[in-house]
Amino acid sequence: MAASTREPIQDLIQEVLEVYPDKARKDRAKHLTANDQSIEQSKQCITSNRKSLPGVMTVRGCAYAGSKGVVWGPIKDMIHISHGPVGCGQYSRAGRRNYYVGMTGVNTFGTMNFTSDFQEKDIVFGGDKKLDKIVTEIEQLFPLSKGVTIQSECPIGLIGDDIEAVAKKKAKELGKPVVPVRCEGFRGVSQSLGHHIANDAIRDWVIGNRDGDDSFATTPYDVAIIGDYNIGGDAWASRILLEEMGLRVVAQWSGDGSLSEIELTPKVKLNLIHCYRSMNYLSRHLEEKYGIPWIEYNFFGPTKIAESLRRIAACFDETIRVNAEQVIAKYRSQYEAVIEKYLPRLEGKKVMLYVGGLRPRHVVGAYEDLGMEVVGTGYEFAHNDDYDRTIKEMGNATLLYDDLTAYEFEVFADKIRPDLIGSGIKEKYIFQKMGIPFRQMHSWDYSGPYHGYDGFAIFARDMDMTINNPCWQELQAPWLRADKAAGA
Amino acid sequence: MPNVMIRTNDAGDLLFYVAKKDLEETVTAVEVDTKSAWGGTVELADGSKWYIDPVHPRPEFPITLRFRRGD
Repeated sequence: MAASTREPIQDLIQEVLEVYPDKARKDRAKHLTANDQSIEQSKQCITSNRKSLPGVMTVRGCAYAGSKGVVWGPIKDMIHISHGPVGCGQYSRAGRRNYYVGMTGVNTFGTMNFTSDFQEKDIVFGGDKKLDKIVTEIEQLFPLSKGVTIQSECPIGLIGDDIEAVAKKKAKELGKPVVPVRCEGFRGVSQSLGHHIANDAIRDWVIGNRDGDDSFATTPYDVAIIGDYNIGGDAWASRILLEEMGLRVVAQWSGDGSLSEIELTPKVKLNLIHCYRSMNYLSRHLEEKYGIPWIEYNFFGPTKIAESLRRIAACFDETIRVNAEQVIAKYRSQYEAVIEKYLPRLEGKKVMLYVGGLRPRHVVGAYEDLGMEVVGTGYEFAHNDDYDRTIKEMGNATLLYDDLTAYEFEVFADKIRPDLIGSGIKEKYIFQKMGIPFRQMHSWDYSGPYHGYDGFAIFARDMDMTINNPCWQELQAPWLRADKAAGA
Repeated sequence: MPNVMIRTNDAGDLLFYVAKKDLEETVTAVEVDTKSAWGGTVELADGSKWYIDPVHPRPEFPITLRFRRGD
């Protein structure tokens, strides 16, 4: 694929689309393209953030997943009530591996599931009384919780409960923030709207809490890490680099984050955004209301880390810039050793990615540092601006796909035959059965962290042990192997 | 009448951002752009036009304003 031009990819897309009825084919064709780096704006070549076609298997989530699972869930010292039937919260409980420090059930609640467990009578008579009671019970059982959020599931919007009124009443009673989040699952086309709703809820109910309170001593080097969910410890691996540079990380959003960190974010000097998709709304708001500039950064792979550290340092004075160079120099021998070890084992391998958020573009640099090539990438729930950024990261004539269906993904993988696929748990076993090595790139396949220089070493090791695992030579039954058959 | 956030990008151009519409374009022309007022018909890089009654005094960017579709 490396030497191919756009035509083979276009032909491949046509071939994949052939099975669809006319209308579906026309619709899906807009979501698939061969990358062309000369295009400035992605909307000229790819359509995104549209409703998925009925009847196809998509891997998208819902607004509740975007709010409870992604943005609010990792805030460790608040209790997030999955308000509605029990399943939504239970089946997603602790699945995202947002690591945190604290005593679960005492002062942190990240891996616990709180739900209002709606029954028929709650749907018929309304669940507000039950919610009121739950918040009271939470306060009795977990007095060290710093606040409560009410994460609506679908029925709440359908029956028209007034969770805002309950939240206001309970907040007054408890003297703690009680945040109603209108993230009913049916809203929007994917989890992306859930991110937006959650961002707006933080904006409306939390951000202004410490306006006019100057008791927090600030320094000129205060920053906030925005959009790092500490999956497998990612945010910690990022944080140490920033702290070594001499910056003070005031808040982590929201992996291993706490309510007070979020409330203190308006006091920082610069917001550093890792996951642009899920938290750009808040960064824009913080810029407008408090004049805090924001920049995006990428902590996957040494090339991008060095680039990002320099760009972050450029926003500060000379000492930070000198420190940034020292940090890069300090880790040079470490990452060079990693590359020296794994590059010969991984060089030239082809990777297909299909993830969400930031990873389809951010990890490209890390693969390239290991001599690998990303031949296809795409997002589950991206918008135009994500593809704008992706076009520049990806090579020409590589495959770009948006809201890929299970069928399309299988056919693309079968035709391209990459050496590695990075996607989620739902895809993992399909591709392993097809004989293609697979890594989960949502949860780092229960490994991690992958951010920062420390993470890069783990990333390289994981990719190597997946691709070069001896099991991939054992997929054919022994008696069917050509060499064995000839011997017998 | 969408809410539009106007901000300055790294290159110093004004960006016209409508979150609900996934629209983020640079502003190419502003009808009224003086020290005391800003607004009127605003033209974007994609050719679309938007209108706002001129804001007095000239606002500090970034700011969220309500625009109408221009013609």
